[in-house]
Formats: sequence, C-alpha cells, structure tokens
Amino acid sequence: MASKTLYSQRDPMLKRDCFEDILEERRNSSDLKYALRCYAPVLYKGVTPCKANMLKNIVLQSDQLHYVINQVSQESGEAPDIIQEEASVILEEMAHRLQISTVRCFAFALSKAFKTLFQHVCVNEEGIQRLQQAIQEHPVVLLPSHRSYMDFLLMSYILYTYDLALPVIAAGMDFMGMKFVGEMLRMSGAFFIRRSFGGDKLYWAVFSEYVKTMLRNGFAPIEFFLEGTRSRTCKSLTPKLGLLNIVIEPFFKGEVFDVNLVPVSISYERILEESLYARELLGVPKPKESTSGLLKARRILSEDYGSIHVYFGQPVSVRSLAQGKVNRSTYNLFPRHIPRKPMEETQSFVNDTAYRIVRLQEDNMVLKPWVLMASLLLQNLEGLELSVLTEQTVWLRGLALSYAAFLDWPDQAPTAKVVSSSLALHRGLACVSGDRVSLVVGEPLGPVTPEEALFNRAVSVLSCASYRNQVLHVFLRPAMLAVAMHTAASSKKSEWPGLYNCFSFLWDMFSNDFILCPGDTVQDFEEACYLLVKTGAVQMPQQDIVMTDIGQPTLSFFNGLLEPFLQGYQVVCRYLCEEASEGLTEKQYIPAVRSFAVKLILAGNLRCYEVLSSDMQKNALAALLRMDAVRKVKVADQVTLIVNKMAVNSIDDILGGKLPTQKALLARL
Amino acid sequence: MASDSNSSESQRIAQQRLRIIAGHLQKHKDDDSGTIATECKAEANKGTVPRKRQEIMKWNGWGYSDSKFLFNKKGQAEFTGKRYRLSGMVLPSLQDWFENTFGASVNHKSPATPALNASAVPPASLNEAFVEDLKATGIPFSHEAEDRVFRAHGHCLHEIFALREGKKFERVPDMVVWPNCHNDVVKIVELACKHNVCLIPYGGGTSVTSALECPPEETRCIVSLDTSQMNRILWIDEKNLVAHVEAGIIGQDLERLLNESGYCTGHEPDSMEFSSLGGWVATRASGMKKNVYGNIEDLVIHLKVVTPRGVIEKSCQGPRMSTGPDIHHFILGSEGTLGVVTEVTMKIRPIPEYQKYGSVVFPNFEAGVACLREVAKQRCAPASIRLMDNEQFQFGHALKPQVSSIFTNFVEGLKKFYITKFKGFDPHQLVVATLLFEGDRERVLQHEKQVYDIAATFGGLAAGEDNGQRGYILTFVIAYLRDLGMDYYVVAESFETSVPWDSLCFSLLLSFFRVLDLCRNVKERINRECKERGVQFQPLTSCRVTQTYDAGACVYFYFAFNYRGLADPVHTYERVEHAAREEILANGGSLSHHHGVGKLRKEWMKESISSLGVGMLQSVKDYVDPDNIFGNRNLL
Repeated sequence: MASKTLYSQRDPMLKRDCFEDILEERRNSSDLKYALRCYAPVLYKGVTPCKANMLKNIVLQSDQLHYVINQVSQESGEAPDIIQEEASVILEEMAHRLQISTVRCFAFALSKAFKTLFQHVCVNEEGIQRLQQAIQEHPVVLLPSHRSYMDFLLMSYILYTYDLALPVIAAGMDFMGMKFVGEMLRMSGAFFIRRSFGGDKLYWAVFSEYVKTMLRNGFAPIEFFLEGTRSRTCKSLTPKLGLLNIVIEPFFKGEVFDVNLVPVSISYERILEESLYARELLGVPKPKESTSGLLKARRILSEDYGSIHVYFGQPVSVRSLAQGKVNRSTYNLFPRHIPRKPMEETQSFVNDTAYRIVRLQEDNMVLKPWVLMASLLLQNLEGLELSVLTEQTVWLRGLALSYAAFLDWPDQAPTAKVVSSSLALHRGLACVSGDRVSLVVGEPLGPVTPEEALFNRAVSVLSCASYRNQVLHVFLRPAMLAVAMHTAASSKKSEWPGLYNCFSFLWDMFSNDFILCPGDTVQDFEEACYLLVKTGAVQMPQQDIVMTDIGQPTLSFFNGLLEPFLQGYQVVCRYLCEEASEGLTEKQYIPAVRSFAVKLILAGNLRCYEVLSSDMQKNALAALLRMDAVRKVKVADQVTLIVNKMAVNSIDDILGGKLPTQKALLARL
Repeated sequence: MASDSNSSESQRIAQQRLRIIAGHLQKHKDDDSGTIATECKAEANKGTVPRKRQEIMKWNGWGYSDSKFLFNKKGQAEFTGKRYRLSGMVLPSLQDWFENTFGASVNHKSPATPALNASAVPPASLNEAFVEDLKATGIPFSHEAEDRVFRAHGHCLHEIFALREGKKFERVPDMVVWPNCHNDVVKIVELACKHNVCLIPYGGGTSVTSALECPPEETRCIVSLDTSQMNRILWIDEKNLVAHVEAGIIGQDLERLLNESGYCTGHEPDSMEFSSLGGWVATRASGMKKNVYGNIEDLVIHLKVVTPRGVIEKSCQGPRMSTGPDIHHFILGSEGTLGVVTEVTMKIRPIPEYQKYGSVVFPNFEAGVACLREVAKQRCAPASIRLMDNEQFQFGHALKPQVSSIFTNFVEGLKKFYITKFKGFDPHQLVVATLLFEGDRERVLQHEKQVYDIAATFGGLAAGEDNGQRGYILTFVIAYLRDLGMDYYVVAESFETSVPWDSLCFSLLLSFFRVLDLCRNVKERINRECKERGVQFQPLTSCRVTQTYDAGACVYFYFAFNYRGLADPVHTYERVEHAAREEILANGGSLSHHHGVGKLRKEWMKESISSLGVGMLQSVKDYVDPDNIFGNRNLL
C-alpha cells in the first residue's frame, strides 16, 4: 500500500490529516503532573525493554563485531583483546543511556520553554495513531526533517506526550562538546556518532551493529536525520545514505520481516537559528556548541516564534518498496555476520528510497503565509506597496494551493490581517514604513564600511531567502520549465524537445541545490508541464508549449524565483573563468568566490546577494564537478581544482540564455 | 550408454548372475546365514497394495478407506478403523481446538461428492497398436475410469479438493499397466518407444508437487505405469548388509519383510505407509531417522533403471567409486522424467536392540532451535530429533485421546503444573522437541543423558516418553486430519525447505538464527497474504524443524485456513503458498528438502540451480529420452 502512495503519480489533491495543538493542554494543566505521569508505551510485539548496559553487552558479544575485531587484529598485529577493549571504548562513547527520569526532567523544562517560545505546537494525531500501530508491528525508523537543534528534543517530547516508545537518536558528536547538556541528551536517548569515520572499520562495525541490534530487537524506534545535518537554508538537503543502509540491511538479510520508515516533517513558523544560519552561510564560523553559549541563547526566550507543525507521514514499508527491485536471495550465499559492501542494486534502491522519503518530508511541510510573502519580497528588494504585496500574496496563495502546497492559511481571518500579523511576527526581517514594505537591514552602531553594510544587507536577504526556500519544492519543477522557456527562446512559442533539453540541463545543474530524485528527469518534466497547463499558464498544442496570455504573471514569477540561483551559478562560472588562478585549492575556493562577488556587488555590477552564501557556492562547484567542467586533483595534502575554462564558459552562457543547450553540451565534449 | 542390444546383453548376464546367486543360496539354505534370494515371479504377491487401489484406499482423500476422522453425534472427534494407535478412540479436545483455531464450526459442513462421477472423466484415447502389442506380453492393464483417475493425481491440496468437489478432469492417464518385474518394464518401455506412447511412472501416489498430474497439452496416449506389483525383496546379502529389492515395494512392506529376517533399512519418511522405494529414489527422499541411517542417497548402493535408451546400471556394488560424476545422481531426484527405477540394492541394518522415545519442553522456539543447533554441532543427534512450535504443540494436545484412568490424568495435570507454574513457562510460548533414540540399551541411555544435558543448558526440561511418541503418531495421522478439515471448510497443506543455521549471537538470551528468521518471516508473510487475499479467518501457520544437519536444518510448515466466504479457495491457497515459497527463497531456504520440484515449483528451478544447471539436466534428458516418452514434464 505504502509503495503505491510513494510511486503513484503525485496526486495534487493529497489528503492530509488535521492538526491538534499539544500546548493547549499544557497551558491548562500542571506541567509537573504531566512530567510525572504514568508512562507505559507499547513496544514492538511486546518485547521487554532492554537496559542500556545489556544492549552494550549484546553488541560487544556479537559475531559481527568479533569478526571485524579479528580482522583488524590480523591487519594491525594488535592482540584481539586490545581491539576488543577499543571497541568497548568506542561503544561507551557512542551509546545512549536512556533514563525515564531525565526524560521527565526534559518534559517539564520543555513544557515551560515551549509555552514561552511558541504559540502552538501542532501534531497530526492520525499520524501518531499510525505510528503507534507501526511500532507494534515492525521495527520503526523515524526520519524527521532537520531545520533546528530543537528537532530531536521536540520529537521525543511529542512521543512522550502521546505515550509512544521513546526513540534512540543518532546525534553528531559535536553535541558532546557541551558537557552537561551532552550527557543530558544521552540520557534522553541520543547516541553520538563521529562526523566522519570513513576508513575506520572498527568504528563502523561497532556503530552499525549497535544500530542494528536495537532495530532487530525492536527495543526502540530509531531516529536519525536523513539530511545528515541541519539545513541552514531551509531547503531539504541531499540525503546521506550511511545510516539508511544500516537500518535497511536487516530486512534484506531476513532478520526482520519488514522495516517501517516514517517520514516526519517539522516546520517552524520562525526558526530559532534564523540569523545565525545566515551569518554562518556568509562565512562567520558558527559558535562552537557550548553550555555557556546555550545559556546566552536565553535571550531568544523572550521572543515569539509562532507555531510549529509536526506531521507524521504514512509509514513506508521497506518490504513493499523493495518488491521487485532487490533480489534478497543474493544475500544467501554469504555468512550474515561478515560485513559486506552493499551491492549495486541495493545501493541504488537505498539511494532512491532516501530521495523519496525526503520528498515525502517536503510534501508534508506546513507553509505559512509569510513564506509566500518572503518569495515576493525577494523579487522586489527595493520594497513594494503593502496593498500590492497583499494582492500578490493572495494570488500566490491560489497558485500554491493549486500546486498542492500544504499551506496553513487562517481560514476566517481577512487577508489584510493575515499579512499584517505575518509582518508582525517577522518584524526582524521586514518592516512597513508608510505603506511600503521592505526588508529590514540591521542598523549597526557607529560608522560602517561599505563591506559591512553589504554584509548586513546580505544577512537579511539570506534570512528572508530561508523562508522563500521553504516553498521552492512546490514550484521547483514548473519554475525550471518556465526558466527553460525563457532561456530557450525569446519568442512565445517553442518546441518541446528543445525545451526538454534545456529543462534537463537545469535539472542536472541544480540537482545539488534541490531534491530531484535520480532518474526522474522525464517524470519531473511531465509534472512541470501538467502543472503549468493545469493553472492555464501554458498550452500544449501538439509539439509545442505555448505561453498563454494569462500565463505571463505566473511565468515571470517563476523566472524571478529561480533568478538568484541562475545568477549565483553564473557568478561562480565567471569567477572560475576570469579570476581563478592556476593552483586554486578547494579550501581557497569559497572565500575567493565570496570576495569576487563582493567586488561585483560593490561595483554595482551585481545585485544578487545570495551568491554570497557558501551553500550556493558549494552546490555550484558540485554541479560543475559532476559535469566534468572542473576536476579535483590531489597534490600533496592539498586538493586543487582544475578548471576547463571552455566548458565552464559555455555553461555560463547557457545559464545566461546566450547559448542553446545542445550546442553547449557539444562544447563540453 | 547401453544401446538396446547391449541392454539385453546385460540383462542376460544379470539373469545368469541371479541364477548363480540363487544356486549359492540353495546350498547355504541351512546355514542360517548368507544370502536369501527370490526369483522374479517366483512367489505370489504378498504386498499391501492391490492393483485396484480403491478397494482399500480412499479415492478422494488420504490413506485407507476404513480410517478417518469424524465428529460424532455428540460433536466429539473420533478416529475410525483399527489400524493405528489412535483408531477407535475419542479425542475430546479436538473439537474445541478445531473451532477455536479456525473459527470453524462442526455445524458447517462442506461434504465431498460421495462417488466418482464417471462422466467427468475424459474418455480414454488409446493407442490401439500399443494395446495390441501389450496384450501379447500378458502384462495386466486397465482403462477403467476409476483406475485412471486414481493415478491422475497426488496429494496436493488442489488435486484432492478437485476430487472432492467432483470437478471435471482435464487430462487423466488413458490406461494403467501393472508390470510384475523388471523384464515387464523393459517390454513396456520398448513398446512405448515403438508406438510413441507417453509413460508416467506411478509408485505410491503420495506426491505433493503435482508430479503425477498429466500435462494437459499431451496428445499422445498416456500410460500410467503402476509399479505396486513389483514388491519383492529379491535377495538379502547379510555379509555386506545390503538387500536387493524391487522398486515398487512400499515402505511399510519393505520394513515388515526385512524385519522378518531381523533387518531394517531405517528409512522412514512420514509417508512410508504408502510411498514406494522407487518413488524415494526418484524424489531424493529423506527419512525421519536419517541421523542414524542416512537419506536415500546414502542408502542406495545400486540402481537398475529402464529408460528409452536401455537399462542403466553399474557394474559392481563397491561402496564408493571415483568414476566420474555418480550416475546414480542423475536418477536420484529425476522425478520420473528419465525412466523407471525397477530394482534397488540398498543398505540394511540389524533391527536395533532398543528404542526409546523422549521429549523436551523449551520455554520458546528460539531456545529450542538453539538447542538443536548445539546437538547438531556436537554431532550427537538421536535417530530423530524434531522441534514443534507452540501451535503444533497445542495441536498435539488437542489430539490426546480420552484418558482412561484418573491416575494418568492426575499425573498429566501435575506435569503441566510443574512446567507452567513452577518453571514459569508460558503455555502460549513453550515448544516441544520429540526424540527417538535407537541402538543398544546402554548406549541409548548414555546418548539420552548427553542430549538431555545439552537441552538443560538451553532451559529445556525432559517431558517424558509419551509426549515424544505422540509427536511421531501425529505425523502419520496429520494427513487424515486434512480430510477432516476439508469436511468443514478448512483447507490445509504442508511444505518444506532446508536452510543454513547461521547463528548470529553467542548470548543464550538472544540468538539470531537464519532458521528462526525464516520461520518467522514465512509465517508473517502467510498471515499477511491471507489478509490481503480476503481470507476472513486467521490462518493457522505452524512449523517444525524436522531434521538437523551439520550446516543447517530442514523446516516443515503447516498452513491451514477456514475458507468460508472465498469464491475460489484453492486459487487463494495457491497464491499464498507461492508467496510463502518466494519468502523462503529470499530468506536463504532451498526450493525443497525432500518433496521435490514436480510441476508445482518448476518456475524456480533456474533461479535455484542456474540456467546452466538446468541446461545440464536438459541435455541428460535429451540424450536418455529424446522422444520424451517419460513425458510427465516434471522438473524442467
């Protein structure tokens, strides 16, 4: 069933559940009582919960781990005992120590904090019911989106509230830096993994066996972030596959009948880390996680962060997904305790699954009116009339709804009220002076250099962009088609094979910036055509795609929506062609592009601030590497970038609409 | 291989050798030792199976006509007849179990058609020339509808269901022949080749793989070659401990006759009451006591097989040979596609001095499997060791006959109390292993202790001889029980596989065996498929580990459900079994441990043995039987 919903043509009238505010009850009854109430969740097939220590013992005694220990011992010449000891240390560092008392402390403290920070915390109860059912039947993996540090505390808080089994959560080791908090998190179910351990066989073995042991026995739902890290831009990130591979493998090996993946979409009306992220993207390193830093963050407690929506999606059965895609019997000829690289077939299945889960997360992200307003403001950086903004927001709302956006628009309130309350909540980002709405630029104290002014402006643009980004997944495919129509021909009419080439070029180019499932180009193109036709923006007589008269606003909005990305990528191309020196290293790349862009902006030759974002710079580089326009060469300890200037130049030209796609593709070859 | 002239030459030599041996025998007759031989057709047939099988066996169900389960007027279950230990007994708890397990009711009957409707049987299309030539040989044959229908099926669910429903038959054999000895078979095969007639060998008729089904596309005359009258022990060689036996003999006759001389083969498949020696060879059968005696491939010393190209046999009876790939292995498991096995020389053993049943109760299936694995590892498995899951344990309990004395009832009660209350076993989790020890008394007792000691380390408690023996009785009556189920809207079937142990953890508390994973996943798959296919009642899925090997185990599944409300229960059943088999293969189980492939599982052969492997088998078939005389289309 799950597979059908996942693979069927995306239904524009997605049925979604209703929300319930869990803070409401908290505001009306004692938090202490709530924190101390009876908590008795149902577990997977009624297993008895396993004490953290016993779990460690099981892992340390497992055949899988012993195999790797012996292997490492033979390779390194160390005695197995010593390696075993090492494994035990790794496990000690990693393992969670879930304690219900700590969870209760958190339940109490978070109740207090949430009530001051947020207006509502809304959860879809039907999703909770589905989850409860799923937990009893099969091992469950919770896959929330990741936008804030709050995410996993929030998840545990919700599960505790609904009397569901508390998850164990894969967290990055950086949390451990916060001494006290780190341990608190550990006791509320977090386990810590190093950010990179590529070559460390032993570490990998301990880690994967730890996760698998929990999964196989169904001791607790496992929770991790497919995106790997918090998205600083509020766009979903390309999924990481390591952990997903680990949790799916027990199914392939027949150790469990099925594994249920539950996508969870957590949307914040206002993100706590909003301007922090913008600064980070602009190259101010993020403050190291420390307890004192967290205390300083108390300042945030005095502000209003609107509401949070948490949507628990339909559990996705790995068994139904894998049906006909992976031949499980290929696992039969190998002892199950010997670690093995996943086969190609499996790898592509896991990759595909990861993308689809992230798309499911996107689909169920709740969008606030402000998201639409931010998209409009970014296309009018000099500001616009309040009445115009209101009118356009209403128009955009209609468009978004017809594209199946999950929009949380207050039903009864008049539009003007909706717009003004959004502006009020985000007064740090936009202000109304007279009847003009424009972006707020933080007023620094004392005299400022032009660079500092530019930097301030960029912070507010990037913060604003992080809201626009939330709606991109709704418009992305038709918008790319709109850009393709714009680039491919200045005339009104164009043949679709040419358009498809252009679309697929953009698709390929932007596939690091957006969630585009590998191999779905054609399907995405069809979806884009379908949506544009549906809203009357284009017509498709035979071989052509023709813009209609009423299509003009839609298409030009879409062009404006992707404009920053097109410009940003072009700036990167131009930098690589014009400025980049011979031995440009990977490390130098980001600061160098940044200062190139700063120069352009100050000289008045560029109005796009988003190119200053290191995220965009990285994605552009990744795209160029993928297209072989740039190569990485390792010289000594440095990674150098070798630029194929011709290729980069022609990519720049296509993005700028100066060159048709096909010619450029030839030029690349 | 042997051309026709060669084969008759070798036959002549064989006959001569037989005479010489017989001569020797005459000399030593009074010595009380040496070899005992019988010559072809020398004595009257004393086998259990008559030519007209329907005279003693059910035409539309399992086993003897006089033995069946029924619910009497009081609603209590009874087993009729006099043949079995359960015969004539009342089973007071069966009704409750039956109704509770399946949601069935003794008031909802689904009776079978009482008699064969001859008009539902397609008329025999005879090859007149063949019939003429056959008449001349004097070999008995028949083309009566009842004889033909009896040989048109095995005991798959769909076959029995169709018989009970009185469905029209698509294709049945056109005639039945009863050869009396090897030479008769040679003649029949020669005539079949001459007249291009399709031959389907028929032994005990206990196939559960659709192997006996006539291919509907077969246009030639189909002749069922019933080997039941070739049922003599031709000689016993006590020096080498081998017996030379005609392949049509059925298991119970073979054991009985050998027992008369103080020997046994020890080969006891669950179907041994009816299945034949030739059938065992043709399907690679496995016996319950293989731990002591070996499977059929370990027991066979020499085979004589009549094929369209002539007779295959080896030149000597050396216990092992390095003469290229063993040609016996082309025959073992060939499922009647290459020829007819007519005579087999197989190992025999003196009857064991002492036999003892036993049983062990474990708190759960996991502990039981872990124990069986350990027993296999230490290579100390008793003649038979089987582990029933909880469902089967409860099923076994439902088959307890009315207890005559209050005292035994009291003792049983005490035992139950001890296990569930004192030892804290959950009656809905506990499982039982049944054991059978054989050998000289002292060794058996010693062996028993060793096994019970191992069991104890896995939390197992000895649970008495009775429980053990009852477990083995169950295997003989379970097929009769299916007929009872079908009288009340319940369909049932069994299937088997073999799978590596693959234990994953050292810890006693937590063990991950591929065996366990397979059992759990297959059961869950069945439950899920049933639900998806609209089965209204919770199905019964049960499994047991019936054999242990160094590297794995044989697992046997029972699967039954109440089909009320389903339009086509057989189709539903088949889809579920198909899904279950796919699940087995995906979990590292084999296509079959001993039932064979037949036509039921042909579709997975390529996947199982690779297309090259199928090609190798095909080329043997093409060489041995180029005109597809043995046209049952099994296997390939």
